[in-house]
Amino acid sequence: MGNDFNEYPMWFKIKKKPQQIITDKRLQIPEGLWLRCKSCKEIIYSKEVERNCDICPKCGYHFPISAAKRLNLLYDNGTFEEFDTNIRPDDPLKFKDRKKYKDRLKEYREETGLFDAVISSQGQIGGYTATVCAMDFGFMGGSMASVVGEKITRGIERAIRDHTPFLSISASGGARMQEGMISLMQMAKTSAALTHLSDAKLPYISILTDPTTGGVTASFAMLGDIIIAEPKALIGFAGPRVIEQTIGQQLPYGFQTSEFLLEHGMIDMICTRKELKQVLVRLFVFFNQK
Amino acid sequence: MASAVLDFEKPFVELDDLVQETQRRITEWSPQLKLELRELKRKRIKLYREIYPRLNSWQRTQLARHPERPYTLDYVSVMCEEFTEIHGDRRFRDDPAIVAFLARMGRESLVIIGHQKGRGTKENIYRNFGMPNPEGYRKALRVMQIAEKFGLPVLTLIDTPGAYPGIGAEERGQAEAIARNLYEMSCLKAPIISLVIGEGGSGGALGIGLSDRILMLESSIYSVISPEACAAILWKDKEKAKDVAQALKMTARDLERLKIIDEVVKEPFGGAHRDYKRAAHIVRRVVRRHLSELKGLPVDELIAKRYEKYRGIGVYLEG
Repeated sequence: MGNDFNEYPMWFKIKKKPQQIITDKRLQIPEGLWLRCKSCKEIIYSKEVERNCDICPKCGYHFPISAAKRLNLLYDNGTFEEFDTNIRPDDPLKFKDRKKYKDRLKEYREETGLFDAVISSQGQIGGYTATVCAMDFGFMGGSMASVVGEKITRGIERAIRDHTPFLSISASGGARMQEGMISLMQMAKTSAALTHLSDAKLPYISILTDPTTGGVTASFAMLGDIIIAEPKALIGFAGPRVIEQTIGQQLPYGFQTSEFLLEHGMIDMICTRKELKQVLVRLFVFFNQK
Repeated sequence: MASAVLDFEKPFVELDDLVQETQRRITEWSPQLKLELRELKRKRIKLYREIYPRLNSWQRTQLARHPERPYTLDYVSVMCEEFTEIHGDRRFRDDPAIVAFLARMGRESLVIIGHQKGRGTKENIYRNFGMPNPEGYRKALRVMQIAEKFGLPVLTLIDTPGAYPGIGAEERGQAEAIARNLYEMSCLKAPIISLVIGEGGSGGALGIGLSDRILMLESSIYSVISPEACAAILWKDKEKAKDVAQALKMTARDLERLKIIDEVVKEPFGGAHRDYKRAAHIVRRVVRRHLSELKGLPVDELIAKRYEKYRGIGVYLEG
């Protein structure tokens, strides 16, 4: 499932040049052993980061992680059942930009091992059965098109069928351009499906991670009974660059972060990746959905 | 009338102007002029058929954004015998980019909600170029809930470049406002018809566009992203917008073929901007037809059918 060691390509790119200056072989570090934190710029031991739920032990920065890894962290013993594994993207518009959409899909498939940007799963969290759809930003920026919309909708339907809470973990740039209006309509489809979850009186907990923007925010991600965000995640409707271009000025520090959203009443709480499971179990107990 | 004429519509517009001019001159009995007019009208039809069915996606986009295209207020004022504008979301402020009306059409009451663009710089600034803030979507929802309460149908007219990407909009939850509308509209106990009259700009359009019937005027567009923005992201070249318009399949005909929308509504000769009155009358007729179809359905069935409609959208492989 996850190929976890290719997670931080940026650091190596930046680091490569200065490393060549070092001639003493004893000073060369084997690749992947050390990381530089994107936030505090400290050099940290990668194993330590991994043990720490991919959070920087120095500053608490949450490294981006794959959907599979998220689910591993969340479920008891890291075990869960994945479903809807055979839904694959098609190319309804025969879309081609500088590359064919089909080729792009193939590349991402090879890179991430996923067919599309979401994993649907069910399993035990603190002894409570839950249905979780986790998005993977690594697959075309976590964009939502037919497959993501369909899998989330089916995830909601399965939660209703099995009478479990429904959780979504979002990481997305929004609706996928390459499937045009079909992508946009997935916003309507997923939001409509959530009305059925409400009718069944099942809790929906939406977890927002860095980044969650566009069509995903403007549909199911903001409709949780409870909305939880990871610290310092970028969450918004429009991307910061678009806003800057529109209003012609720089955005204030901390704009569109989880903390900003909490302050403006848009989310219920901010939880670190480490605390998340505990908080979820507490919510499950509250909603009494054993 | 025509101060902004697009290149491709020039020959038609010139002829159309001539027809109208001739028509105006026929006040007294003049057989010669009448003959002339008939000939001109014949020519006009021919020219229309030569130009308009073949317009490409970019040309349709230009028509959809035509500065003289009728906007919501223009339609409402012709379509409805009576209408009262109502304002405000009861939470923050009134958003002039979305307008709402309690209206009478024929013998029926209905609510009409639409994006409203402005004409000229001053009005456009007031209307924020038809780009709503969250309070616009919340006003729309409030008015829809009035319709639900009194068992009235809802008509939404869509014409926006998109929801406004601004600081205040983010602070007040633009995404939540749109998401909430999608959620509430999908189970609103009232028939909803939406008609794209100009630009259907992504989530900003869908925010009042979830409905039982999605209609589009012939030269309107509806897209997940503007062709310019898409070109900038995928091609790194804004100039590619023309090709992108084609690739995104955003015209009424394209979307009818993709089974996203229910009907393409014809426009008067040369486009809605050439004849507001006729455009509004066509829209009125089509809307009333759909309303009478929807009114016969029990509410539960209406909502179930609405759900099925959106549940079925998506193209993927399985197995």
